[in-house]
Order: sequence, then structure tokens, then C-alpha cells
Amino acid sequence: MRLWLISLLLPVLLSGCGEAWNNPYPTEDASTNTLYTVFEERPKRLDPARSYSSNEVEFTGQIYEPPLQYHFLKRPYALEPLTTEGMPVVRYWDRAGRELPADAPTSAIARTTYDITIRPGIRYQPHPAFARLPDGEPRYFGLSAQDLEGIDTLGDFEHAGSRELVAEDYVYEVKRLASPRINSPIFGLMSEYIEGLDEFNQRLSRAAEALPKAAWFDLRPHDFSGAQVTGKYSFRISLKTHYPQFIYWLAMPFFAPVPWEAERFYAQPGMAERNLNLDWFPVGTGPFMLSENDPNRRMVLTRNPNFHGETYPGEGEPGDAEKGLLADAGKTLPLLDRAVFTLEKEDIPQWNKFQQGYYDASGISSDNFDQAVQFTPDGEADLAPEMRAKGIKLVTAVTTSNRYMGFNMKDPLVGHPGGEAARKLRQAISIAVDYEEFISIFLNGRGISAHGPLPPGIFGYKDDFNPVVYAAPGQRRSIEEAKRLLREAGYPNGRNARTGEPLVLYFDTAATGPDAKSRLDWLIKQFRKLDIQLVIRATDYNRFQDKMLRGNAQLFEWGWNADYPDPENFLFLLYGPNAKAGRNGENAANYGNAEFDRLFAQMKGMANGPERQQVIDRMTAILREDAPWLFGFFPKGFSLQHAWVGNVKPNLMANNTLKYRRIDAGLREQSRAQWNRPVLWPFAAGAIVLLALFWPAWRQYRRHEEGRG
Amino acid sequence: MIRYILRRLLYAIPILIGVNLITFFLFFVVNTPDNMARIHLGVKHVTPEAIEQWKAEHGYDKPLFHNPEQHGIRAVTETLFVDRSIKLFSFDFGKADDGRDIARDIKTRMWPSLAIALPVFVIGIMVNITAALLMIFYRGTRLEYAGVAGLIALMSISSLFYIIAGQYFIAKLWQWLPISGFGGGIDGFKFILLPVLVSVAAGIGSGARWYRTIFIEEIGKDYVRTARAKGLSELRVLFRHVLKNGMIPILTGAVVVLPLLFTGSLVTESFFGIPGLGSYTIDAIRAQDFAIVQSMVFLGSALYILGLLLTDLSYTLVDPRVKLT
Repeated sequence: MRLWLISLLLPVLLSGCGEAWNNPYPTEDASTNTLYTVFEERPKRLDPARSYSSNEVEFTGQIYEPPLQYHFLKRPYALEPLTTEGMPVVRYWDRAGRELPADAPTSAIARTTYDITIRPGIRYQPHPAFARLPDGEPRYFGLSAQDLEGIDTLGDFEHAGSRELVAEDYVYEVKRLASPRINSPIFGLMSEYIEGLDEFNQRLSRAAEALPKAAWFDLRPHDFSGAQVTGKYSFRISLKTHYPQFIYWLAMPFFAPVPWEAERFYAQPGMAERNLNLDWFPVGTGPFMLSENDPNRRMVLTRNPNFHGETYPGEGEPGDAEKGLLADAGKTLPLLDRAVFTLEKEDIPQWNKFQQGYYDASGISSDNFDQAVQFTPDGEADLAPEMRAKGIKLVTAVTTSNRYMGFNMKDPLVGHPGGEAARKLRQAISIAVDYEEFISIFLNGRGISAHGPLPPGIFGYKDDFNPVVYAAPGQRRSIEEAKRLLREAGYPNGRNARTGEPLVLYFDTAATGPDAKSRLDWLIKQFRKLDIQLVIRATDYNRFQDKMLRGNAQLFEWGWNADYPDPENFLFLLYGPNAKAGRNGENAANYGNAEFDRLFAQMKGMANGPERQQVIDRMTAILREDAPWLFGFFPKGFSLQHAWVGNVKPNLMANNTLKYRRIDAGLREQSRAQWNRPVLWPFAAGAIVLLALFWPAWRQYRRHEEGRG
Repeated sequence: MIRYILRRLLYAIPILIGVNLITFFLFFVVNTPDNMARIHLGVKHVTPEAIEQWKAEHGYDKPLFHNPEQHGIRAVTETLFVDRSIKLFSFDFGKADDGRDIARDIKTRMWPSLAIALPVFVIGIMVNITAALLMIFYRGTRLEYAGVAGLIALMSISSLFYIIAGQYFIAKLWQWLPISGFGGGIDGFKFILLPVLVSVAAGIGSGARWYRTIFIEEIGKDYVRTARAKGLSELRVLFRHVLKNGMIPILTGAVVVLPLLFTGSLVTESFFGIPGLGSYTIDAIRAQDFAIVQSMVFLGSALYILGLLLTDLSYTLVDPRVKLT
């Protein structure tokens, strides 16, 4: 009986302790200046030359520092120096090696150079690769596998050191992009631009073959003209062409410095077997360093004690000061001491922990949307009362990405070979597929319908309407008009005028499963408005990719996320020489239009301004008329932030914004305690139910035993 | 006995080759090395040269089963299948496609799996046996009918429902335990409780019904009648005599799954954020990481064969009449 009493009283006694029972973090961490967030998929590689996925750049962006960065607050997006003295000095040269003026025509430019000078005094994070013996020799460069007994992480090394960042480290990283040992995803693209990179890769491949596979491949003795050290703190990158968008690449971790010592350190025997390498233990100069790396559970970034004292920006765009985004102006970054990323693969635990205050921010999945957001009568998204009562803030932003439906322009029925009839067919379909309805039904309003290829926030975007599909802003052309176009295309009432056969189109997709089914059913319904039979060819992602590469699809869905805020990064998706089929480019529709291609080449080299806008307007008009895409929609990102999180402003280009984030740990601790009081009545109810069950069992037992007696 | 064990171990070799062959075939029916390269290199800006380089770097540049460029035995040995399979038999799992050492990952991740699977196994057996014996005790009464109906209801519910309900009531509504996560040391205890509770509850339906069937068979035997005739109480008869004899099939059934406890549960680990081998396998399938998938299937098969061997050995321990030759 005493046991019963204890089990009944235990929860009451525990609740008296005051601490939330469901707190997933150690009690002593409660009041620390730490951000708690999630990662949904474990990063594959954190080597800046290799990592490209957003879930990897989320970490590398905080650890590594490329020469430039995007201003946190200013819009339109503006680049600014990060580790450099100023912006790179860009110079143009003709074929004879003579320097050209800054406004030289693209056709005259044979070579472009970027002269970059970094600031002295920037130091790397503490790392054992930099540790030195008293005589100045590297402490950990002669290790054998036996020396690594008992070493599991970098923290197990007793000594760590640092050194100053020099220009050679940036050049070393550019060389790494060409290294056959690295296999950088942007090597192919960069070799089209950086002078001699392709040839350098071949030279490195020959040199690497002569070395044992596990040996360190020192790139320092190998030089090439595309990236050269010009001084201790200065270097030059040379392009073999005019590619003004290259400057945006200088704000990506691909061009962040990597110290040769790190490669040398990780190449020692026994390191790879312990997963000690640049992919898992990065070495940077950024505001944070990866102090705990368990990609299966959690990853922890802590303040880099050697960070170079960057300060919070003092200016932004109008309205930022009113929103409190300039309150920390001039303060030394980072504002956080630590950021804990927990692996959370499922939506339900992630959402509930956010509501309990254990995650500081959250996205909103479709399942939780109604719980979190409601729409005002004028169609604006607003927080649900329950969320507002908790002080949660809703942050929305139209992403710099698009989702479209493409026609394979190689297809005889819907593509270029179909001529004018095919163009009218594409236009008719563009009218019939109602993306406003799609956004409302499947995205809970989280998107805006697209009238061209450029999303808001990218130069060239205009808030106008596509006259081929819309009669007026927000007013889609009628189905009758679409049917007229279809009739003119030779398919009255959805039948071939010559043969009488019904018009059957094929939609290839990698989307399968119950979630996709409703979307695909909706799509079939849209085509049925024109009496067109749409056949869904659902397949796995691999086969879908193969079909696209071979140009075997007819209609398909695709999307693009901006690499940088320049219209070139979207319009190249329709540039003829960039076709996917046969050329392995990103033009998935295999679209080709001589005028568009000519304008693209012209636009690519132009500076933002009215002239460039004019060219983009013409390109957009061509696309609207040709309709190789149903422009689809631009997704709108919704995120929720707790009241204790400060300095949140969506910056869709920057990947290093963690250093600006502020946390009010006191308010968080208070809110968590208030929101997570354990509910005790189920213990009593459970005990009563058990007793209720026990009593007839006991009676039955007595009866049984008495019967035997 | 030793000869028997050796013979069984030798039988395991063709079985493991067969399992490996099927895994290899099924995986590469839906994935080509080109697809794998594309996934690992990212969707953007991937050139054919980068794909070839990735394949060469990861050893996927050879033909799958037959190398037409080679002659004789080398036409078979110089293939991806042989390359990827031979080392497995010495439990050298090599590197995952993201460069991590698979053996090290397995060593690290088997402990979280065990931290969940072992208590679920032990507590589950105890709870199921107790429930089954109580139903035998109350056989023929309304309590037994209610119990059997309850067990059928329990086993009819998807295990996913137990997880979601457990997380909803215990972690969200009543706020007793963290909804997901994992921790080391004594702090880790609070993370284990909920998945263990949910997994035990999810297993009661089928487990207790199976044990009840075993005990029903035992209860009609002569030794039970003799025990009762001696005047022993019914509870003593059940827990002393019936349980002891019923343990033979229970024990042998339990031993077979014992080695598999290391490999963890795919669904439970994923939902509760347990960094074990179950979620390791799921992640590898999603990422199309053949090296991990192949290693985990091989390890699972080897452990299952070991479990069957241990089962045979355990027969000799619990039933002296059984001789292994």
C-alpha cells in the first residue's frame, strides 16, 4: 500500500521542484545566451568547396568567411566587404592585353580581373592544426594512427592554436575548386569563367595520380593564372570573359579561405576513420565555430573567440528603425554565445517543441497552418489568437524562387516543331490552369501567382500582368478565350480537327503518394476545362531526371532558387544554349528563341538601370507570347518567431545572418516555466482506473480460491 | 556441438551472398550510379564530368556484374558487385557516400538503438507474460473475454498511432516528458521513457496473445493437474510450473531477436529523434547511399542468422532432450 501512496505522491513531489519535466535541455543551460533551432536533414559535407545544399550552407555560412557578404538590412540586396578592405577592383582587358574602361562593351572584353585586398589581423578559430611546439614546429603534423588512440573529436586534442588569415588562403580555396580530390559541384560552372581552371584541373589530376590516395595533396606548389597571390593580403582572380555576376559568387562559401594546415592535419593516418576531416570539422574565421558535431543528433555552434569584431549595421531600409532592427547598431557581433541545432525529422515533435518554447523559431507545415495562421477579411495573413497570446511573431517573405510548369519544346505536339499551333495550345493551357486556385487550395495562400520568370526582389521584376493569360490585373482570361485558342490550334473541343482523336497530353512528375494525388487530380481537372485529357506519368525522382536529360518529357514541373539576386540567374533558365536535353544545362524546357538568346547575351553584361530593364521587359514579353512555361507561382515563406527572438529580417540571399540574431534568455526561461507545467490529474485518474480494474479481479480471485477450498 | 556450429556458420555464407546479391540487384534496378552522383553533387550545375569524377572517386565507375573489358575471371571480379561485397565478409564496411566511416557510425549509433530496444525487450516480455498468465488465471470469465477483446483491439492499431497518441497525451497535453530527443548519461533517461512506454504498449496486443496461446497449451497437461492435486494455489501453479514449462518456446522466440536489438527500430527512432541504427538505415535509403544500405542489410542478415543459431543452442539449454548434431 505504501508503494501505491509513493507512486501517487511522486508526481506531486516532483512538480514542487519547479522545473519543467519535459525540458529537453540541461537545466543549467536555461539562462544562457543560446539560440535553439532545428535541422531536418543531416548535412552531408561542410567543406566550403563542396557544400551547396541549403542545410549545409546554414552551417558553413556562419563558420567561413568569403570576401563579401550581403548587407543584412538594405534592400534591394547589396554586397558589402566582409573580410576585405573595400569592394574588389574590377578591371577589363581586351585581347591584346590593354586595359579597357569600365563601360566597355561586352564584346570588347576578353578578360576581367578582380583585385581583392583583405584586412590584416583577421584570425582563424582555435584549432589543433595550428597548434605549435615551443620551437615553433607544428605540434600535430607527425601523428600516426596509434597517436590518435582515445581521440574522437577535435576537443580531445589538448592544444589548439590560430594564425592570421592571409591572401594565400583564398587562393588555396580557388585551387581546391579544381582539385580532383575535392570534386566541387561548381567546378564545371567556374571553369567556364575562371581563367585556366579547366587546364589546372587536368594538371592537378595528373599530379594526384602520382600520389597515394590517402596522402595529403598539397596545392601550394601548383599555380595557375586564374587565382594569384599579389601580396600578403591581396590576391587577384582572373576571368577569361565578361561575367559581371561573378561578384555574387564572392559572397558564397565556395570562395571562403581554407588554411592548408587544416588539410595537412586531416590527411594524417587514422583521421578519416574517426570522421575527422574538413567535411565534418570546418576551420574558419567566421563568428561561430562548430564545437559539437553529432549530425545524427545535434550540432552546436559557439562564438569564435578570435572573431574580428564586426559590428551590427547602423543603417537599413526605411521602417527598420521602427521595427527595432537598428536597436543593436554598433554592437560587436555575434550577439549570441551559442546556437544549438537539433535534428528533428518529423513535423509533429518540431511543432510541439516550438509551442512549448524549446525551439525559438519554426516554419509552418500545411498540417499546422490553420492552427497558426488565419486570414483577415482583406486576405492578409495574420497570427491565430492562440499564437498571438504567446507573443509569437509571424514573419513572411516572397522567396527569390519560382515553381513553374514547363513544356518540352522539343516535343512535336507542344514544342517548337508544332509551330504556331503548338504556341496557341500552350497559351490556351496557360489560361486554363488556375494558379490562384492552386495557391489557395494547396499552399494556404503562401505564394503569389507569377506573370513572368523573375520573382519580386530580383532586378527586372515588374508588378504588372501577363496579357496573354490575364485580361486585367487579377482577372484571368476566360475559358472561352482559351477554347478559342485551342480551336485555332486545331483542337476544337479538345479533339484533333483532322482525325477526330481526343487530345491527350502527358505530364511527367516525380511526385507520388497521397499528398501528390490531390494535386495531380486538380491538375487533370484544369486540363479537362479544355476537354484535354491529361495523363499523369508519375515516376521516381531518378527516372524523372533521366527523362528530362533525354528530353523525353512532354509537360513537367520544375523550380529554381536564386543563387544570387541578378535576373541572369533566372533568365538563363530559358537561354537556348543552356538546354537540358543534349547539353545538360538548366533550360529544362529546352526553349530556344533567337531574339531572346541575343537579348540574354546583351542583358547579362549590363549594369542595372533603365536600359537593362528595357531589355528584360522585351525578353519577358517574348516569353509570355511563346509560353514555354506556365509561370506558376513564387512561394511565400512563413516563419514563426518567439517574442524573445530579436533582429529577424528575412534575407533570402545572405547565409550568415545568425551573427545578428538576439535572444532574451530571461523572457524565454519565464515563458517556458509558465507554458510547461505538468498536468497531474491523469495520475490520479489512472490510479482510480487501475483500482476499478483491480477490484473485480480481486473478487474473482477470492471466489476462485474459495471455490477450490 | 562445435561441428554443428561450424556447419551452420558455413551455411550462412551462401545465404549472405544471396542476400547481398538481392540487395545489390534491387538497389541498382531503381538507382543508377549516375543518379546517385547527381543526388550527392546537388541538383544545380552538375556536369557530366563531375558525375564521372564522383563515380570514380566512390568506386561506382565499374560495371555492375560483368566487365566486358576484362577477360576470364577478371570479367567477374572487376565489377562493382565483387568490389562492394568481398570486404563485407570481413565486416569492413568502408565509407559512406558522404565520406563517413560506416563501421564507426555503426559503433556509435548502436548504443542509442540498444538504449531503447533492450528495455522494450525486457519490459515487454515481462508485461506480456504477466498479462497472458492473468488471462489464463481468469479463463472462462468475463475478465478473460474482455482481456482478449482488448488485446485484439491493441494489436489492430498501427504502431504509428501509439507513437502519435503517446506524444500527444504524455508529451504535449500533460507535459510529463520531452516529446523527442536523446541524451547521454543520466539525463538521457527522460528521453528513453516515452519511446519505451509507447513501444511496450504497442507490443502488448500481439505479444500477450501469443504467450496466452502457449500457456493455454500448457495448462491442460498432466503436470498441472498433479500440481493442483497437491493443493498448490492457482497462482503458484501458473507462475511456478506453467511459466517454467511455457518458457521454452518463449525463450527460443526471444533469443532469435536478441542480436537484432542492435539494429533498432526504423519508425520509433525516426519519430522520437533517436540517433540509432534504425534512423541511420532510413536516412541512407532516402539519400540513396548504397554503401550504408548494403552494410545495414548485410549486418541485419548476419545478426538474424546468429539469432537463429543461438535459438538452436538455447534449445539444448532449456530442453536436455534436444541434441545438436
